[in-house]
This record gives sequence, structure tokens and C-alpha cells, in this order.
Amino acid sequence: MPEPVASSHPITIDPTMSNAVTNAPAAPPPVEKVRVKVDGREIEVPKTMPDWQGKMQPTTMLQACKIAGVEVPHYCYHHKLPVAGNCRMCLVEFSTPMMDPATRKPVLNEDGSPKMARSVLPYEPQTPRGAIACATPISPGMEIHAASPATKQMREAVLESLLINHPLDCPICDQAGECKLQEYSVQHGQAASRFVEPKVHKPKAVDLGPRIMLDDERCILCTRCVRFTRDVAGDDALGIVNRGSYNTIASAPGRSFDNNYTLNTVDLCPVGALTSKDFRFKMRVWFLKETPSVCTSCATGCSVTVGSREGIVHRYEPRENDAVNGPWMCDSGRLNYRWIHRPDRLGKVLLRGAESDWTSAIAELAALLGSAPKGSVAFVASSRQTTEELWLVSRIARKLGALTDTVAREGEPDRLLVSADKNPNSQGARLTGVSFTEAGVTIPEIARGIDEGRIRTLVVLGEDVTKAGISSETLARVGNLVVSDILPNATTAAAHVLLPGCAHVEKRGTFINGKGRIQRFGKAIEPRGDARAEWEWLQELAVALGAVEPSRSIEGLFNRMASDVPALAGVEWARLGDLGVTVPV
Amino acid sequence: MSFKVPAALEAQLDELATHYPQRRSASLMFLHALQEHFGHVSNEAVEWTAAKLGLQPINVHELVTFYPMFRQQPLGRTHVKVCRTLSCALAGSAAIRRHFVEKLGLDAGRHGPQTTPDGGFTVEFVECLASCGTAPVVMVNDDLVERCTTADCDRIVAAGSGKGGSR
Repeated sequence: MPEPVASSHPITIDPTMSNAVTNAPAAPPPVEKVRVKVDGREIEVPKTMPDWQGKMQPTTMLQACKIAGVEVPHYCYHHKLPVAGNCRMCLVEFSTPMMDPATRKPVLNEDGSPKMARSVLPYEPQTPRGAIACATPISPGMEIHAASPATKQMREAVLESLLINHPLDCPICDQAGECKLQEYSVQHGQAASRFVEPKVHKPKAVDLGPRIMLDDERCILCTRCVRFTRDVAGDDALGIVNRGSYNTIASAPGRSFDNNYTLNTVDLCPVGALTSKDFRFKMRVWFLKETPSVCTSCATGCSVTVGSREGIVHRYEPRENDAVNGPWMCDSGRLNYRWIHRPDRLGKVLLRGAESDWTSAIAELAALLGSAPKGSVAFVASSRQTTEELWLVSRIARKLGALTDTVAREGEPDRLLVSADKNPNSQGARLTGVSFTEAGVTIPEIARGIDEGRIRTLVVLGEDVTKAGISSETLARVGNLVVSDILPNATTAAAHVLLPGCAHVEKRGTFINGKGRIQRFGKAIEPRGDARAEWEWLQELAVALGAVEPSRSIEGLFNRMASDVPALAGVEWARLGDLGVTVPV
Repeated sequence: MSFKVPAALEAQLDELATHYPQRRSASLMFLHALQEHFGHVSNEAVEWTAAKLGLQPINVHELVTFYPMFRQQPLGRTHVKVCRTLSCALAGSAAIRRHFVEKLGLDAGRHGPQTTPDGGFTVEFVECLASCGTAPVVMVNDDLVERCTTADCDRIVAAGSGKGGSR
């Protein structure tokens, strides 16, 4: 993959968010303002605004309209991509103050207000001339007629032209329901087509790459995908081939569009041209329940939206968060959800192989741990557990004088989003004291303790310790092996007490990413079988052992944790919002 | 057929690239030279050009598919270009092309250039050949045929037949 253009790191981090334990922006520096009118209403907008890379550029008409709360329809424009100005959907009529060419002074009306000149075609002054709002800078005194009859007529004409060769196959199109062509056709288009000629046919079901299917007939050639993969992903793989009405998006012959960010082009595609092979023909999007969540595939912790229906997760989509992932996420993280619905999920509480229930299990655990001699218990908790769960582990361990650790999980990083740390909550484990800065350094000591008979009880949450430094032989020496996990493995097979755990989409909680961004996630689906959120039983156990005061909700638990963990001082659940806050790590 | 650019041509192109402030600007000249040498611009030629100029293959592929005078397949030995711009269209160029295509057993409904399976003929519509006064006109390789009739078409097909494979 070629290097992306130097200095074009696409993720702009809002400096006001990076090192404060707060979402409140710092006092903004004074900005030069310009007064413009949008649909007759005067507003003040900054003279310059950040472009797709965060560099300050003259404010455009589209940005001014957005500030005024007026939506200008657009396809090719995207705030995190270079401006292309090719779809023409954002055409608007505008006026500028008239200037006297001799004196260079504004021409005034009788009432003293400036006389305005409407934009017209130079050779046909009775015809209004539009400008593309996405690429036209504002000027002082300009008036943008975002709802004028001429603007409406231009939108209608552009839409009609975009639909000329469109197959109008919405009933079988995956984009239906989140399609800008549909939406704008309803808002700005004509009800009936005047086009009676045969449509140009283009390639359909083009296998663009391992995860992407392309329908060229639906494409409106906005080039968002081309610009994304070239300028953001740094893989100049897509282009427009052929000419005129035969224009099609394509990759070079024999080349596969297969970088780790290809599925972002499916999100970016304003129509149904680029579809995800994973999601296509699976679900109508309007049936999906959307739950704000966090990706668990690495320590970047991209903000995501989980789309689920009736207890089944159907897709992850990136959720824009400039402090973490911008509007993007990697393909490997996005597709890492199928395991949630594996048929071999653990769903029963087992006490020494016999089916039991939570009440008995927690009572037995409380009795076991409550009577355990100091130092005879150890915990290995996964950094895939939530911060609240890790804190409860830490509190219980402190009460029992137990050793604790997590398991490191390393992989290949990339220069965009993927972190080398494959655990979503390593920082949570560090800040709550479950692990040291270097995860896994205590595990050999735990293994030695077991081998030497000092450690009799081992509690494992969400890890297969036989792959992390505690061999099966060592594990067999543990008197009481308490395991909570989601999927079966060698450790769950050896457990004396087995507790079925939850995927993060089945519970609520927080993760702290590698840079200290603490983000909360919601519950999208119900847990499987008898599985319960780990924080619930951990809290019951901790309360029974006198390690914490009970909280009735995840909110209360979080706030109790925040007042106990120094790094989280001042953080409250309610203030996390959907984007989280950054804490010092 | 393996793709091999002769050393002399490669040296000439390397020198040519130095004439441009940005190497990618030399793309069109590279493609012209390669087409001149090989008769058409193959996918290997596209990849070679991209590698030479520090581009991705798609950048060069876009150019090759945009310009109709770049050929992605070898041309037939006799290349028939039928003008379809206004004067010729009014004077019956559609019938002329149809006559060629049907006589050669090609598909009249297909868009773009078509070559006979034996590589003898390529027939295509082109834009103005700048001889509107003598419409309809046809170019057969480098020769202009003015006021072309179906009899001329038959003569051209007869003359070009039996000459063997593609150029």
C-alpha cells in the first residue's frame, strides 16, 4: 500500500478535548467574522473554517448555511474528504452587494440598504446562475438563496439528470432507507420521470474486493470512494474509467480493492452502488435498532453504532468521534461481531459440572473467598472486561490480598486507526490497578504460587490462561478454579465454577482507549441463556465480601468507581455523553 | 505474448519523462509510444507505465479507457473508421457501418470498436473526419474514402480479405 500524502492525517483531534477531563471547550480564540444572509436571515459566521484536514480555509456557502441551520443537499461533498464539486446537487442561487465600478463603493437603495445583484448568466442576464455551495467561499454581505424558486429548479434539474440512467431498483437495494437519492428525490425531486429513452446499462454485481460489491448502474459518480481510498486510506485503488454516460467506478484490471478500510466506502457511498458483502441482502436498515457502542478489536476503541434486530447484531458502523476515530473504522474491527452469535456460547451456570443458578453460585463464591486465607486467591481478568468490572475485581482482590493481572494481546498496528494493543481496555485495567503498565508481568508469579501450593483459588474472567502463561498442568493444581467467559476454551473446560459471561453489546459499561479516552457503550441485545453482565455478579460478590457499597445501576457503580480511581476524579457517567471524555493515562 | 519494452524505447521514454515538471504528465506520451510500438496498450503496458511514472495502475487505466484512440486490444489488419458526425450521419453513415458490420459478421447492436475473429478487420464509428463536403466518409487505415457507397464497402472488404491476422 502506498504511503498516504504526507501531512494528510485525516483524524483531526479537537485540541480542546485531548487533555482535559471535560467536554467543555476552552475559551475560543477571537475569530474574524463575516455577516451573510441565508434565506433572508442575517447571521455571523467565521471568515475561515476547518477543511477536511482541519486546516483553516475560507468559509464556504455550504458551511454558512449549516451554521444558519439550513441544509443544502449534497452528494459528493463530505466534511472529511477533499472537495470535488462534481455532483452539482448543492447549487444555490446567491446575491452579492452591487459595486459601483468607478468608485468601488457599494450601491445603495433609497432606504440606505445595499443594492444586491443576483447571480445571473453573463450572456443571459434574465437566467439565474447557481454556484456550488460546497466549493464557493462566502463574501461579506452575500445573500444565499437556499430556498428560492431558482435554487429549487436547479436541484430538480440536477436530480433529474442524476436519475437518467439510475435503475430505480430501490425495492431490492440495500441502501433503501438510508439513501440520499431517495431522500432528495422526495424532498427536492419530481414525482414522475420524463425520461423515455433506453437507459445506459453498466456493470452490475462487480466484485471490487473481498468485502465490497459494486453496482455501477446505481452509481452517481460522486467519487467519494475514490477520494477516501486515495486521500485517507492511502491506497490509490479506485478511479473512473470510460467516458461520458459510460463512466464507471472501477479498480485497475486484476487489482483487488482490499485494504483494511474498504468498508468505509460503503458508508460514504450516498447511493446503493457500493455495498458490503457482509451486510448485503441481510436486513432492511429501517428495522435495525441503533445502539451507540465502542469497537473492541483494539485499543483505539472506535466509536461505533451497533445495528441489531430482535437480539441479532447485523452490523457495526463507525460513529463519528473526532477524539477517537473521526468518521472511519477498519474492516477487521467492523466485521468482528459474528462470534457473538456462535452456537457454542456458554449459557449455563455450572458448579463442578452440575447445572446450577446464580444465587447458589454467588453464595458459594462468597463463602469460598470470604474464608480463603490471605494471599491464597489470584485473579486473571481480561482487558476486554469493562472498566467497572475491572474495578470490582481490583476491590475484591484488595480485600483478599490477591494478586491480579491481565493478559497482553499484541498485533500489527497501522498508521491510521489500528493499534498494536488488541485489548480494548488495557488502560482501564491499569488505572483500576488490575495490571501494571506492562500487562501480564504478574502471571508467572501467579503460576509459581499455584505450583508451590500457596495459591489455592484462581478466578479467571474472559481469558484462556492456558495460552497466557499458566499451563494446563499448573491449572490442574488449582483447588478452586472460578471461570467467567463467553465462549468455551481449555480454561472453561477445567473450571470448578463456570459463569456464563456477556459480550459488550449485551451489557452497559465503559472502556478506556489507549490514549485515555473513556467511552461508554449501550446494551444492544439481551444476553444468551443464563448469561449475566459480569459487573452484576461481581458487584454482588464484592458487596457480600464487604469490598464495596452496593450501587443499583451501572451509573451509580461508575460514579462510585470514579470517586475511587484517582485518574477518573471528577468524571461522571452522565458527563461521558456519546463521545466520552479524555482522562490522564 | 510476454511484454518487453525494448531498451532503446525505454531509454527514449526515460529521457522524455525528464521534460515534465511532474512525471505523471508524461503518461499520455508514454502510452502513445507504447501503442506505436506494440499496436495497442495492453494491461501490462499500463502497469509498466504506472511503475515508471510512480503512479498506481488505476491512474493510467483511467486515461487509456477515456481516450478512444488508445486501443486496449490489437486492431484488425484493415481498420475501418466510419464517420458519424452530423453531415455523414445525414448522408447515411449508419447504413454504411451496418453494411460493414453485417458483411463481416459482427454485432450491429454493440457499442465501440469490433474486430473480426480472424483479426482481419476492425470496424468502428468515429467523430468528424473533417470531410463534411464529401459525406459520408470512411477511413480505411490511412486512406480516406469519400462519398462512400455500399459498393465501396464491398470493395474494401474484398481488398482486405485474405491478408491474414492482425497488425
